[in-house]
Parts: sequence; structure tokens; C-alpha cells
Amino acid sequence: MFRTMAIVAGLGLALAATAEAQTPRKGGTIRMTAPYGSSFTSLDIHTTQRAQDEIYAKALHRSLYIWNSTEGKPVLELAKEHVVSGGGFVHTFKLRDDAYFHNGRKMTADDVIWSYNRIMDGTKAYPGARFVRVIEGAAAVEKGEAKEISGLKKIDDFTLEMKLTEKVDPGFYFFNALTSIYPADEGAKESFIQKPIGLGPFKFVEHVPGSRIVLERWDRFYKPGKPYADKLIVSIMGEAAARDVAFRNKEIDTSVLGPAQYVAYQADPGLKGTIVEVAEVFTRHMGMNPTFKPFADKRVRQAINHAIDTDLIINKLVKGKAYRATSWLPLTSPLYDKAMKPYAFDPAKAKQLLADAGYPTGFEFEWTTSQNESWGLPIVEAIIPMLDRVGVKVKVKQVETAVLAEVIRKGDFQAYVYSMATGPDPQAALKCFYSSTPQSACNYTSFKNADFDKLIDEAGQADDDATRDQLLRKANALLYEEAPVWFFNYNKAVMAVQPWLKGIQLNATELTHQNVEDLWVDETSPAK
Amino acid sequence: MLAFLIRRILQTVPTVLAVVLVVFVLFSVVPGSIVSSMSDDGRGAADPQVVERMKKQLGLDDPVYMRFGAYIGKLATGDLGTSFRTREPITTMIAKRMWPTLQLIFAALTFAIAIGVPLGFVAALRPGGIVDTVSMVVAVSGLSMAKFWLGLLLMYLFALKLGWLPSFGYGDGSLKYLILPAVTLGVSPMALLARTTRAAVLEIMTADFVRTARSKGMSETRVVKWHVMRNALVLILTTMGLQFGALMGQAVVVEKLFSWPGIGSLLVDSVLQRDIPAVQGSILVVVLFFLALNLLIDVLYGVIDPRIRYA
Repeated sequence: MFRTMAIVAGLGLALAATAEAQTPRKGGTIRMTAPYGSSFTSLDIHTTQRAQDEIYAKALHRSLYIWNSTEGKPVLELAKEHVVSGGGFVHTFKLRDDAYFHNGRKMTADDVIWSYNRIMDGTKAYPGARFVRVIEGAAAVEKGEAKEISGLKKIDDFTLEMKLTEKVDPGFYFFNALTSIYPADEGAKESFIQKPIGLGPFKFVEHVPGSRIVLERWDRFYKPGKPYADKLIVSIMGEAAARDVAFRNKEIDTSVLGPAQYVAYQADPGLKGTIVEVAEVFTRHMGMNPTFKPFADKRVRQAINHAIDTDLIINKLVKGKAYRATSWLPLTSPLYDKAMKPYAFDPAKAKQLLADAGYPTGFEFEWTTSQNESWGLPIVEAIIPMLDRVGVKVKVKQVETAVLAEVIRKGDFQAYVYSMATGPDPQAALKCFYSSTPQSACNYTSFKNADFDKLIDEAGQADDDATRDQLLRKANALLYEEAPVWFFNYNKAVMAVQPWLKGIQLNATELTHQNVEDLWVDETSPAK
Repeated sequence: MLAFLIRRILQTVPTVLAVVLVVFVLFSVVPGSIVSSMSDDGRGAADPQVVERMKKQLGLDDPVYMRFGAYIGKLATGDLGTSFRTREPITTMIAKRMWPTLQLIFAALTFAIAIGVPLGFVAALRPGGIVDTVSMVVAVSGLSMAKFWLGLLLMYLFALKLGWLPSFGYGDGSLKYLILPAVTLGVSPMALLARTTRAAVLEIMTADFVRTARSKGMSETRVVKWHVMRNALVLILTTMGLQFGALMGQAVVVEKLFSWPGIGSLLVDSVLQRDIPAVQGSILVVVLFFLALNLLIDVLYGVIDPRIRYA
């Protein structure tokens, strides 16, 4: 269903192909990096939705589903079979009977139920509640009106029935680490946060806050022969320059590259072959607030899209480390429309549209931005003269990234520039423009369009995938026409991978999130 | 002496309270909160219901005075609160980070003293000479260099080019992991100590009591050892004390650059994610440390120079 359109650098492809052809070597140490600035938030992965934390969580924990990068969709992980009944609302899972927690206890349906009940504890505000809420009765637990989720039923130790409130693919809701399955009894103990126990391929050894997490192979992992490596070290390395030195010095096996390093690595014959790229499911855009009068007019929003030379910015400022956006759904979405052409750079047309909308001499707006090098202040500064050419003046308001998130959520802006997850579930991504989706949820531009709502409603009720996909494609095309945002780019995630590390997956949801049981290091790795 | 100590300890109370108040008010008025930082990586919007529950749970909707009152109440019992991010007690978090920071600062200061003080001394004994000129050029450069850039330079040279040392990380806490961050952090105080020592020694060398000692026929070695060095130490000690405190702050950059698991990186992460209890706890610890050190320096003055007496 979810088609992969991962775009890989030539040598990156060769690297992956070679890895496929070789026999994985047992043993060794994998040394990954957590590049997103800060320390790991918590060893209780239910409490944090940051990408940084899921890097280690993919090794330590497991969820009902897992993201399969090759197939480009979530697939069953802790269950062997999945049967849908009750008009598409009831899902029966035959759980694995060979999954052992790191303390040696076998996982049962009780652990799944306990974990989902824990996530819905309203007094704790676990971020995974947004996913588990799709189970019938989960909202009641969150509100304190019930003690257990009524939609979850244990048939036997290894059979679980789950009744949903919407006709959706549960894979998209239960594949990430926020919904990891914890051991019911141990998970309740205070000590769990210091020494977590999971079902993943590696068990916890040590956490040096602000520096690294060390894990070692869990011999009773349910996938035969896996994991290959003996040890996994995830080092926190927020500084790109320091990561660069460590990578060149062969102290780390992976390093996420920013635009400047991307150019440098491409130009270096010794490093070019280490580059792996994937189009991630993030859409960078400028959101326009319709309560600011000019932006209420579709022609003005279209004019903005025509006035900006987007390709020039991507090539010169983002150094080609992005793909031009056409509409909302990204390149790696199964519903991405290849035939759709992005808004052409056409200042004359932009001027005409502004004149038609009643702004022949333009107007001025305030643009809230962070300092982000790929979708923040440098981009805004480059656009200012482009908009000025069509008479639109920009007043820049710079804030921190954390503050920007709040500003957007509250609607306290005339325009903002941001990067937003637009996948992997196209239905969820498009629902952000549904009129009843609150601005604080993700309808940041307070988009309201009856035709769009109708398409989303019909897609939600469709019984077959083809009909639903067609309706969602139409909704995506409607967004293109309505232009609630300036469609900037889709993120190209780039990672340098040492030649001895094999099995890297081109994960479009987040490249650093690797199913580590599939990774292995050959004998040339300098790590023991 | 005891009365002096009690008086000084009591004097720290308003200082600590003022710091606590300023930090609290500052982080109450700056935009952003822990809930907004949940989605600052743009990976997924924070769920509005979760956000509201989290605000309620953390008391973020309460008026500032109520939150401050609750915080002071807990502080009085030695409870620094619970981290918004990790949901761990702040004391536990800080305890884990304290030793690496102290290791780093002690190592940096040892480097600074071992190089800076002799350098300043030698320079002062032959003012205008080649050693003086070179050492002062080194000192000025050391003071001017940005730590981030210097750290990268050292990484490049000693890790990448020479392969002598690891470029980052805490490893097992052994010396080889400590050297590069400690030198990066220690260069600036080394330069300052060299300049201070030079200035102090030069001034004392022309003092009346030194001239008297020489006129009495005391050997130059004894003059330097008994009169110059001892008198210069008061100023050097003051500089060292101030630098020790300053290094707590400067360690922020070095810890982040070298992935060193200290208080500095905890503070930065906490500020960026608006983990207010962790920010307050970290700053409080740094301030208390600084105050304790200053007190110690004051006491040491009396030991080094018996003319200094405390009323």
C-alpha cells in the first residue's frame, strides 16, 4: 500500500546492494549517533515523542507493528496474524509466542493491554495517547471515566482483539516507539525508568546522560539469528562539525549530514561513497493565516507561490538537500502525484493575481521563523527580495524552534515557516486540513473548505483502498489549488555510513530510525 | 574565624534567593514551554489533549506566584523538584552530571595552573625578553580564541591527524577522553593566569620589602621564593577562584562539543526544552558551588598571607 520512492545516491545504492549480497557477520559493535542536539529525554519511551529518543528505542523496544522501509509501510511485528472483521472496525491479532522481555519473561496479551492502558493514563499525559485513542474506550480511560480500555479484549494469552473507533489501518497507529509494549509488572516499578526492559533485539547496559547509551545483544530475540552485532552504542552528538571529525576518524559508523557537509562529502572522493539519501515524509512550507486579510484570498496565496523562486533556494541555499514540493503529500507518499507540476516561478503572474485580489501595490506581512538553516531564517532572508519584486513586504519575527511550535499551535502569526510530518499515513496527513481539526492539533492555517471535507469524509468511509486513495489524491490536488501554504520542499535526509556497516534501511519516516537487528558490521570495522 | 564563616554563609542566603527568583521569573516570561518543545523537531504535532493534560499535570497553568511558592516550599526541604522532561528527581539528574563536570573543571584548572603560573613567573623575571614576548602572545591568543573553534582544531589535530586521542565522548572516564576537552576549557584560564601572575610578580618585584630583602643580602632565589611568590599568590589565588566559577559556565560549550555528560550540557538541553525545574536546579548548583569556592578562597587568603585577618 505504501510505496517506497526512496531516492538513493548512486554509491549509496551500490552499498545497499552489496550488503544484500553478503552474508551478515556475527559480532562486533555498531556505533550510531543521535544527532538532534539534545540528550535523550527519558528512558521511558512512552513519555517522549522526539525523533532523538526513538533512535535508541528501536533497539530496546518493540511495538505491535514495525516500519518496513523496503515495503514502505508498517508491518506486523509482535503479532503473526491479523484478521479484520466487524465492518473494518475489529482487529484480531495472533501475538507471537516467542517474544521474550529482557528479563526472560514471555510477552502475552496482558502486556499489550497493560501498556496501552498505561499510555492512556490521563494523569500522566503520555504523548502516545494520540494513537491509542483510536481504540474504543481508550478516551474514557484518559478522562478517568474507566479503568481499562473496553475495546481491548484478551481472547487467550496470545490472541488479542482490538475494536477501533475509525476505519483505519492500525499499522500507522501502532508502529512507533510511543506505543512500545512494556512488561506489565516490571513496567510499573520505579526502577524501570533507570533500567528499562523491552522486547527489542538489544538489552540495556548503560546510559551516560548527555553522552551515550550502550546496549548488548539479546540472545532470546524472536528473529532467528538476529541481531548480528554484539553491542550497540548510540552517542549523542549534536554538533555537526564534531560529528564530521569523529566520522572521518572512524570513531562512529553513522553521521547525519547538514547541507554544508552534504556538499563537502559529495566533493570528497573518499567520502562520497558513504552517502545514503532518502526523501523523508516531511513537507517544509510557509503557512498563511487566513485571519490576516490578504491571506484569506486564494489568489494572494497562489501569488506567493508564484513569486518565490523555490528551485533557486533549494539549489543554492539548501544545497540540493531537498526535493521541490508540489502539494502537501511528499514524494515518498503512496499518493504523491507525479503528474502534478509545482507552481512556476512567475513574478508577472504573481503581480497579476495580487492585482486581481485587490492588492496592486502589494501589502506587508509578518513572517515568524526559527533559525533553522534548511527552513528558517536564511530561507526567509532569501525570499524577502523575491516578494519585494511583486510589492509584498516582509517583516521578520525570529523565535526559537520550540517557541515557533507554540506560536503556530496558537495561531499567533500572520505567516510562519516550518517543517511538518506529512506521512507516512496520507489520510492522517491530509486530515490536518479538515475543517474540524483544531488549529492546535495540526490545522495550523485554519483551513476550511467544504469540498475538501467531503473528500476526506468519503475517503474515511471507503471500503476499498483504491477508492479511498483516489479520493485522497483529489484532496491533495485541491490543496494545491487552494494553496493554504507556500509549498517549499520535502526533506532529503542524508546520512554518511561507514563502508563496514551493512544493512542500512532507507527509512522515509526518519532515516536515523533503523531496525538495528538487520544491521551488521564486517571485519574491517575498527570497533571490537 | 568562625564568626566570619557564619556571617559569610548567611550572606549567601539572599544571593541564592535572588538567583532563584530571577531564574524563575525569567523562565516564566520567556515564550515557549516544555509542551511546545515536545514537537519542536517538527516530527509530529503535539496532541492538543495531551498538551492540556500535561500543562495541568505540571502546573503550567497556575499563576507564577503559586508556582514560585510551591517551588520555594520544596526547596526549603532540599527537594529540587522533578524534571519535566525525564520525570526524574532533579537531584538524581544533577548527581549523575556533577562528577564529569568536576573532573573536567579540575583537569582544566590543573592544566591552566601548571602552564599559566610558571609561564607568567618566567615572563616577569625577564620582562621584555623572548620568553616574555612569546608567552604573552600565547596568553593573548588563548584569551581570544573561541572555545568551539579551538576544540575543533584540537580534535582535528590530535584525533584525526595524529590519532593520539579520541575526538569525543566520555568513554570510561579515563584520562585519554579528558585531555582534549580539558585543554580546550583550560586554555583561556591558563592565559589569564599567565598574565595575572606576570603582572603580580612584576609589581611585587619593585615593592619596598623586596628591595629591603635584596639590600640585606638575601639571595635572589630566596627573595623570589619567600617574598615574591608568596605575595603574588594572593592575586593568583583570587584569579584561580574566579576562574573556577567561570569554568562552570564555560563548560557548557565544551561539554556539548565533546559530548561530555556534565552539568553544562544538562543546562543547555534543559533551557532549550524549557525544563524549568532542571534549569533552576542546575543554576542553583552552579551558584552554590561558586559561592562555596569564594568562601574557601577567602579562608585561604589568611593562610597564605597572615597579615590578612578577619574581623
